[in-house]
Amino acid sequence: MIAAAIVALLITLALTLIRAFMGPSIYDRILAVNSFGTKTVLLIVVGGHALGWFSYIDIALMYALVNFVGTLAVMRFFEQYNPRGEQL
Amino acid sequence: MMIIDWISDICLLLGGILTLTGAVGLLRLPDFFTRLHAASVTETLAAMLLIIGIILDTGFTLDSAKLMLLILIMIIANPTITHALCRAAANGGNTPEMETGNPLQSSSQTVSQSSQDKQVQTETEISGKEPK
Repeated sequence: MIAAAIVALLITLALTLIRAFMGPSIYDRILAVNSFGTKTVLLIVVGGHALGWFSYIDIALMYALVNFVGTLAVMRFFEQYNPRGEQL
Repeated sequence: MMIIDWISDICLLLGGILTLTGAVGLLRLPDFFTRLHAASVTETLAAMLLIIGIILDTGFTLDSAKLMLLILIMIIANPTITHALCRAAANGGNTPEMETGNPLQSSSQTVSQSSQDKQVQTETEISGKEPK
């Protein structure tokens, strides 16, 4: 079942990247990138457990915290500044 | 130990299915807020199910404690991101697509209408009681 979960996570990452590239507004892209980061944390946990990596959970914890702070920072930036003049 | 393995497999399978449904919803739904809904509803539950499956597979070690800490971080962080993103999009002029106008306005109108009806009813009751 770990293999099935890894395959599902990889398909999820591909679909999320499609949304991040074709998202009509900036917020769609931010949402897709945040979802991509969360699924990457899950992939690190599940794949690291399946492959028997050493101390993979510390990397996952780091990635979760950086993803949280990074998404908040980018979102606060684009809330007031719209460089390309895209339709929000 | 057999039952724990089964529970772990079920958790991992449900987590994989939920991540797939979340991705399909993120890709197919028509509006930004519906996409936010599809991504956020599945994000917390799928993450919890996958990590609980890994916890049940590792057993009672230091790794399982760290994974519980990861679950705690995800439970706090993901709804915060969803709420802040929704508020940023609403402040940035992104309005939800509705078939019939703004739901907040219509609901407030109906509330005010119902309160007016109540006032009229109380007035009629009072006026009806006055002749006695």
